[in-house]
Amino acid sequence: MSKDPGLQRRVFLKGAAAGGAAASTIGAAAPAAAQSATPPPSAAPPPQAAAAPGYMVLRPEEAAFVEALVDTMIPADELSPKGTDIGINVFIDRALASGWGKGDRLYLQGPWKEGTPQQGYQLSLTPAQLWRAGIEATNAHCEKAHGKAFDQLDAAQRNAVLTDLDRGRVTFDNGLSARAFWSMAYQNVMEGMFSDPIYGGNQGKAGWKLVGFPGVIENNRGRVVSSRDKRFEADPVSIADMS
Amino acid sequence: MARRLPDVDVVIVGLGWTGGIMAKELAEAGLKVVALERGQMRTPEEDFTVPRIRDELRFANRTDLMMNTQQDTLTIRNNPDQEALPMRRLGSFLPGEGVGGAGSHWNGVTWRWGDMELQIRSRYEEKYGKAFIPEDMTIQDWGVTYAELEPFYDKFEKVAGVSGKAGNLRGRKIAGGNVFEDPRANEYPLPPLEDPLSGVMFASAAKEMGYHPHPRPSANASQPYVNPDGARIGACQYCGFCERFGCESNAKGSPNITVIPAAMRSPNFTLRTNAWVTKVNKDSDGRKATGVTYVNLLNGEELEQPAGMVILAAYGLNNAALLMWSGIGEVYDPRTGQGLVGKNYCYQTGTGATLFFEDKFFNPFIASGAWGQNIDDFNTNWEFDRRPHNYIGGSTIAAGGSNGRPIGYRPVPAGTPRWGTEWKRATRQWYQGAMGIGASGSVMPHRANFLDLDPTYRNVFGQPLMRMTFDYKPNEVRLTEHIAGVINRIADTMGAKHVSRAGPRRSWTSVPYQSTHNTGGTIMGSNPRESVVNKYLQHWQLSNMFILGAGVFPHNAAYNPTGPVGALAYWAADAIRTKYLRAPGPLVQA
Ligand SMILES: Cc1cc2nc3c(=O)[nH]c(=O)nc-3n(C[C@H](O)[C@H](O)[C@H](O)COP(=O)(O)OP(=O)(O)OC[C@H]3O[C@@H](n4cnc5c(N)ncnc54)[C@H](O)[C@@H]3O)c2cc1C
Repeated sequence: MSKDPGLQRRVFLKGAAAGGAAASTIGAAAPAAAQSATPPPSAAPPPQAAAAPGYMVLRPEEAAFVEALVDTMIPADELSPKGTDIGINVFIDRALASGWGKGDRLYLQGPWKEGTPQQGYQLSLTPAQLWRAGIEATNAHCEKAHGKAFDQLDAAQRNAVLTDLDRGRVTFDNGLSARAFWSMAYQNVMEGMFSDPIYGGNQGKAGWKLVGFPGVIENNRGRVVSSRDKRFEADPVSIADMS
Repeated sequence: MARRLPDVDVVIVGLGWTGGIMAKELAEAGLKVVALERGQMRTPEEDFTVPRIRDELRFANRTDLMMNTQQDTLTIRNNPDQEALPMRRLGSFLPGEGVGGAGSHWNGVTWRWGDMELQIRSRYEEKYGKAFIPEDMTIQDWGVTYAELEPFYDKFEKVAGVSGKAGNLRGRKIAGGNVFEDPRANEYPLPPLEDPLSGVMFASAAKEMGYHPHPRPSANASQPYVNPDGARIGACQYCGFCERFGCESNAKGSPNITVIPAAMRSPNFTLRTNAWVTKVNKDSDGRKATGVTYVNLLNGEELEQPAGMVILAAYGLNNAALLMWSGIGEVYDPRTGQGLVGKNYCYQTGTGATLFFEDKFFNPFIASGAWGQNIDDFNTNWEFDRRPHNYIGGSTIAAGGSNGRPIGYRPVPAGTPRWGTEWKRATRQWYQGAMGIGASGSVMPHRANFLDLDPTYRNVFGQPLMRMTFDYKPNEVRLTEHIAGVINRIADTMGAKHVSRAGPRRSWTSVPYQSTHNTGGTIMGSNPRESVVNKYLQHWQLSNMFILGAGVFPHNAAYNPTGPVGALAYWAADAIRTKYLRAPGPLVQA
């Protein structure tokens, strides 16, 4: 564990309740989530000692924000350990330190205009800069609404803030597009949950075990017919396992 | 001043599918061929090895094998009244970069486009009357017929190792194949792949409704195979890492394992990687291309490669940009309708439904890139009467997902929470229990959809970015409205617990990914007043320049493009070998 007090989790989650966020998923007319017809994965694995964080990019306040965010979105329950125990916070930090975080493969020349939604990302910011500005703006929004930074809020408040972000109901005072920040943050959390563990997230392959993704397995040729309409299960294999 | 290199017979710009085909064919014909590829070397032995290649984040999300938008991209807008803005990172489509081009990481759905497409204007006028074609829809015949192309489709299928089932062998209709296809001389080189559960279920529902399901033709080999050039193709492992990835078992027919190594065996062929072509040079009276100018990215030096022939094989969009940067031909102007370079840019449309079953296990991670079952009853079926639906074109409808990689594939019914325990529960359940039915629809050219140069934004070489102006027009919206209805009716018979229903697609958006099926911009045709290249893909004015790729398509069909892209490359190579080399000059009199 890091000794930096800023890195200590200031909030202890009590298994956050699901936010009532409406999904903007495929299609429109399907009713709400059905009950599970699938047994949950055998008892969630004991939280692995996630790789010691040792953040490369995140400053103390940012680390607190990211940890609170990933533990709110991915709470510990019978389906998986919580986000920080899976290393999603570490994934995000590493992603922001990587070429991607620094704007690799991103055309950053101006002039910059808002554009239409169809024109996609139009900011002058690298992902690392957008995270930094977005955390600042979200915390400012939380201070204004609740008198506290995001990571200091209780679980229900945090869920409410995220729901507002997700539904496009937040306007940041500093002019930053809340939608641009949130869509990147949401995507990065999902990436940290489901990418190969080599990137620091998905520790214990918790994301892959959640859905039953077998990872980097070598071939399925013999399984197409034999597993048709039968759940194919295998211990997931990662890049490191095969290297 | 660019340093001038010694002359060669042929310079090829770009080494993907089309450049690879041309390189092999012309080097074998005894010509000294140099290919200039802006990207780096890429071989299966080094680049596509397991486990590194099975990295969803790197290859699918960070688009590691594709065009780097930091160096060059396009600006985009939906209509000429808007200000175009740069596509700052890849989204809707993913142009390739590096040896093999997009052919390294395509999916492999390999169709033949028949006379319904190649003679589109004549066919529609004949059946529906001239007035059925809207004024601003600039469709035209391609100048080439299916009968002419058939042997070259056959050749491309054999080179790429395509698995499928014929539905029309020399006029004999075969149930279980696509009975609507134009006649084929031969069966596919390989039998169809196994079907996924979704394909089995879809085919049975479609058949029940009187449609004609058939396996999707696929350049994922169903069995080990040796192609006519001696390339050894492995059997598909159904690994679920196909589209956007290189194939570790050499089962995907890609230029990297077929035409490019074959070309590289020829002493006549030289490949220069890290060689970014910025301009095609022409002689003073504009009758001949004299070569190209490029930058050696290893040291920044600008070089001129003089050549007897210039082949543009840089992907359709880039071929159009090269013409614009070089001042070759007049750039299309939508106000006057004048100019041909950039004209008839088209994309594809589509729609789909997701079906959620409580008692099914789809194992979505067991998947080939191109497999599953398709119906063409609303596409190549010429009997399908378009009049009541009031559109030109058609749509494939198919089931058979190409991957279950979990960053990108997590279907849940609408209304599912977006995070938290309930999100996890639904994600887990429906990951196994969902399947899709998807349609890919044609897009007809329109006066207001085009490519030209952007007035503001520039690439790393200081050249203006190409500007793409594109949106779906009423013809395409009516098409997806109709096809969405068909899909929903099929889905309704399949007993799903929930269906996320298909709906019309109204506006093109540059995110998220849809398809890398960009067509037009350097179109072919039967005369120089309406086309940039003739039926042999030879430039009408600079007769020693040939332009390959889907940029020559005057419209976009429902089908994926690479079947005709490959066939036309072989057809053009054949015309060069058998006609042009004997009598260099225009192969078609203007
Ligand atoms: C993810 C994905 C899935 C696909 N799936 C299918 C499918 O299932 N079925 C289908 O039919 N099609 C599919 N396609 C499309 C298919 O890949 C293309 O049609 C095909 O590769 C085009 O061949 P090409 O030779 O025209 O271009 P490419 O194969 O892209 O090659 C062009 C080459 O030119 C190089 N180049 C560009 N500009 C320059 C320059 N200025 N100087 C030097 N070199 C340059 C590029 O780096 C590239 O290597 C898919 C594409 C993608 C990206």
